[in-house]
Amino acid sequence: MNDFLLHYFPNAIQIPDEIWQSTVETLYMTFWTALIAGLFGILIGIILVTTGKNGILKNLCFYAILDKLINICRSIPFIIMLSLLTSLTRFLVGTSIGTTAALVPLIIGVVPFYARQIENALLEVDPGVIEAAEAMGTSPLGIIFRVYLIEGLPSILRVSAVTIINLIGLTAMAGAVGGGGLGNLAITRGYNRFQTDVTVVTVIIILLFVFISQFISNFAIRKTTH
Amino acid sequence: MIELNNVSVAFRQKKETIHAVKNVSLQISRGDIFGIVGYSGAGKSTLIRLINLLQRPSRGEVIIQGKNILTLNKKSLRAERKKMGMIFQHFNLMEQRTVYENIHFALKYSGIKKEQRAEKITSLLELVGLSDKKNAYPNQLSGGQKQRVAIARALANDPEILLCDEATSALDPKTTTQILKLLRELNQKLNLTIVLITHEMQVVKELCNRVAIMEAGEIIEQESIVSIFSQPKKNLTKDFIRTATHIDQALENIWQHPTLAHLTDNELLVELSYVGEQTSEPLLTALYSRYQVTTNILYGNIEILQQTPVGSLIAILSGETLQQEKALLFLKTQNVTVTLLKQHAPKNEGQKLTKGGTNNE
Repeated sequence: MNDFLLHYFPNAIQIPDEIWQSTVETLYMTFWTALIAGLFGILIGIILVTTGKNGILKNLCFYAILDKLINICRSIPFIIMLSLLTSLTRFLVGTSIGTTAALVPLIIGVVPFYARQIENALLEVDPGVIEAAEAMGTSPLGIIFRVYLIEGLPSILRVSAVTIINLIGLTAMAGAVGGGGLGNLAITRGYNRFQTDVTVVTVIIILLFVFISQFISNFAIRKTTH
Repeated sequence: MIELNNVSVAFRQKKETIHAVKNVSLQISRGDIFGIVGYSGAGKSTLIRLINLLQRPSRGEVIIQGKNILTLNKKSLRAERKKMGMIFQHFNLMEQRTVYENIHFALKYSGIKKEQRAEKITSLLELVGLSDKKNAYPNQLSGGQKQRVAIARALANDPEILLCDEATSALDPKTTTQILKLLRELNQKLNLTIVLITHEMQVVKELCNRVAIMEAGEIIEQESIVSIFSQPKKNLTKDFIRTATHIDQALENIWQHPTLAHLTDNELLVELSYVGEQTSEPLLTALYSRYQVTTNILYGNIEILQQTPVGSLIAILSGETLQQEKALLFLKTQNVTVTLLKQHAPKNEGQKLTKGGTNNE
């Protein structure tokens, strides 16, 4: 076993601590971004679906502004977003380097994507059910919490899994501008110093994350779909 | 109970304005089962949604139990909606909740204690005959069962009005009959006022005591069920009724049957329709004993609408021409409506049809 590792992963085996630390950093960025961007994304997604065409609080003007804003944010390539947001990050966090600093562009990058996904997920809720709830005298807040978020739960879980997998990819990109994590490791060691085996290790770890989140979400979707 | 005064609904689309409902006035009394019939696109769905203001009118008044609900603020309107149940063509149950939870949804914020809510749901499920399906999810139910759950949910807050939006259109004929029976029971047991829209006259015939016919956003006829079936005035109404009573189908069969459609000199093919207690047989006997006109019945149908029989017959009358004329006059004095469908015409010219159908030479 040891020979195998020494032969195929000569560089990676020298730096277990560094790999471990990068993994923790990636998890750290993924977790906080998912939490914060998740909340904002769901909130904005709900606003989109309720103010949009056929929404229960229809306000097309407001919807149009939000819609365009999201489209603009989503059109900016993430790698450019990272450099674009350095001054904002410095203002908010005090530095533009490190995992916490990376959270700012990550969140801003993920929120529009997730909000749009949530909007689409909630649009799948049968309009007839919404109408039935309205006919029963349910308030708009009641319709959001007791109909949209319950009836749309399987779809919400599905788009959340897609977003998390996307987010893991983005955290790696954040590594390119000093955000730390597995992406940073792959670039500084694997790319710059030609230690390809380190890159392979980061890929394996990231794939593992992707598989685990896919597995958990599939399980959760099965449990919540009736 | 429910009063619509000159309501109109106009939807503005890019360049044109669509008038879904035009200047409609309706009065529905407590305990009525009021049917609104029309083809799709006639504006029925829009009209029924005016009653609980899921659709706001562009003009007119909506008065529910003496209250103009157009002037209510959002909160009072929601309270008002709780007093009106509504069921839908596609049931609109929440897929992620069990039968119990679906009904509970309507009760949750009604200010009733938890144990009482549970009791209430149990009794509602009993009322619609679904006690054993309490913990099932909608996907595990048949269409008829889903509609029963929807009815239980609609009744959760003890409404006085039940709005049915094509409630049986997605169900098979047998299930439709069961649901209609349930609705009639609810009407009698709870003195529930029911407003239903449908494109099937059959549904109206079985359930309603009053009916309105709708075409292109307007109510073209509004009558008690018996008079609309016996004396329809508008062509569309007649269409609906002929389909519901299968007369059209019978006539088509007759036209296609050469021996039946081929009349000799002294024969008349007629349609007789009558309302009320007089049965057809004594009349037909009278035709023979008084005028020596014999009757050959090809098709007969009697509907019992609100305990009043409404009958129609397609028959061949044969006898001397003069006597036939007298017989027809006699029928008219007995309040039988006679429609001449076909009479024998001299050869060469072919047979002359007075109404519909194809000419079989």
